[in-house]
Amino acid sequence: MSPPTRLPPKGAQRPAQHEAGRASRTRSWRALASPWLFLAPALLVFVWFKFIPMLQGLKMSFYQVRFADADIWVGWDNFQRVFNDEALAAAAGRTLLYVVVTVILSALIAIVLAQALQGTARHVRIVRTAIFLPAVTSAAVVAEIWRILYAPTATGVVNTALGWVGIAPQGFFADPDQALAALMAMHVWKHVPYDTVIFIAGLAGVNRELYDAAAVDGANAWRRFVHVTLPGLAPAITVVIALGFIRGFRVFTEVYATTGGGPAGSTEVVMTQIYKQGFQDLDFGYAAAASSVLFLFTALTTAAFLAWRRKAAAR
Amino acid sequence: MKPPATTNATATAEAALQQGARILLYTLLVVVFTGPFWAFLMTALSGVTVASGRLLLWPEQPTLENFRYAWVEARAWRYLLNSAIVVVVGTLLQLAVSVLAAYALARKRFRGLALVSFLILCTMMLPEEVIAIPLFMVLGNLPLLNISLQNTHLGMILPVVGWAFSIFMLTEFMRAIPMELEEAARVDGAGDWQVFWLVILPLCKPALGTAAVFGFIMIWDQYLLPLLVTNRETLYTLPVALASVRADETMKPAVFIAISVIAMVPSIVVYLGLQRAFNRGLLAGAVKG
Repeated sequence: MSPPTRLPPKGAQRPAQHEAGRASRTRSWRALASPWLFLAPALLVFVWFKFIPMLQGLKMSFYQVRFADADIWVGWDNFQRVFNDEALAAAAGRTLLYVVVTVILSALIAIVLAQALQGTARHVRIVRTAIFLPAVTSAAVVAEIWRILYAPTATGVVNTALGWVGIAPQGFFADPDQALAALMAMHVWKHVPYDTVIFIAGLAGVNRELYDAAAVDGANAWRRFVHVTLPGLAPAITVVIALGFIRGFRVFTEVYATTGGGPAGSTEVVMTQIYKQGFQDLDFGYAAAASSVLFLFTALTTAAFLAWRRKAAAR
Repeated sequence: MKPPATTNATATAEAALQQGARILLYTLLVVVFTGPFWAFLMTALSGVTVASGRLLLWPEQPTLENFRYAWVEARAWRYLLNSAIVVVVGTLLQLAVSVLAAYALARKRFRGLALVSFLILCTMMLPEEVIAIPLFMVLGNLPLLNISLQNTHLGMILPVVGWAFSIFMLTEFMRAIPMELEEAARVDGAGDWQVFWLVILPLCKPALGTAAVFGFIMIWDQYLLPLLVTNRETLYTLPVALASVRADETMKPAVFIAISVIAMVPSIVVYLGLQRAFNRGLLAGAVKG
């Protein structure tokens, strides 16, 4: 269908439109409503289960929530408590460390793996599929897997492997000094596959000719990596870091299902702390205030990071 | 002509070395990332008593007894049934809601479009965990309807039906469908619904597959939500049940491992079975951010 055939002759158009005045008004009403009818189910579930909880959470932040009686307005009290809560501050510090270490470690490993696993050869595809299993396994199952792998006895799986290189059995989740690091390693194991796939996609977008040009200029493999691969991967690195932030700050299942915050509170992160304040101490107002702060922090960090990346990319 | 021959020899030696290093790396990767799954399966299939914290690489006295015990005595069937109800109904509803919304967002120009897109986008940045506490209250007393979804399957389903990722992925896909196809149908007198049902939906099949796989894996992974909704063991989904089964001291470690295997199989099977659809979505997500 070429454009000219679609346009009716000029004279024919006007009378027809005039004649259909009433019909077109109902049609335009329908045209107006139609998109909203298509959107209605989505809006309903979003309003009910995302926006109302969001607003209610904000509101609860200013109340002492009581279950039998009416809630009591407490102003900024909850927030004041949040910012003066040393346990929460410690949990926040731990969460920040957890996010930074896992994001960096996971991205570094993934960049290396992406180099080794790009291409369409059959065996490479099989390896890629195989290493992706942790990523599609639910966090609760991953937690159970690692609880067993990390068994603190000499016969535990990881301890056996360490024994091969002459390292004495470690405590892992049972040792307050190691539990957080052990959790980070588990997190990296689950998320490296995702990052690797994103980097592989990023590598496919790097201009091949740049490699040849660099090779002609006598650049060695390392310099080619630094000056061609890394700049080409910049968008993928941005994605990996942003995703890492968002899923890192909210970390809950991985901790709750393994150490539960212990031993001796050494792995307490923000979300497990909030969960306990809410459901064990039933201090909902406080928990809501802490959640609001966490949300604001995540949103602002991510937005600031993305804005900075966009600026850098534009330059 | 001697020099070229030696360089050739070193070149092949280097290539062989590189090949060897590659094979070593691949083996290492496969062992590290899939070894635990293998060991879980093998231990679950073993009849010998394994000490807690030990895994086997090959079944000793192979048997299905652990699975039978897990299924019947430890009631894994019930947890799996709960998980299945939530994940199947949840994925279908999520798909339906997303594809309808995507049609409006991708193919319509209307007042409020930007606002709706923005609001949905906001939820993508919103970690579900931060609304856990108020969501718990909302589920206990649904606004307007004043009914409680606590201790119901629906309570575990409805909150995951609206998923921004799914909507945006389908929106992107629908934008790429040529307008001419839609216009041709309109010339024939088709309304919005017919255009959607007869033209757009059939063309979206690959994207629907992708959205379904991602939805399945996302819902299967839910942990905090069932924790919020149920305090009844009979309603536990598999991921939540794991912890309570583990706490049961009378259970043999191999039985618990068998339940873990049951909990890992569905998402892995869906991933392996629909891998092409899955990879398409991964890249869509990666490129678009």
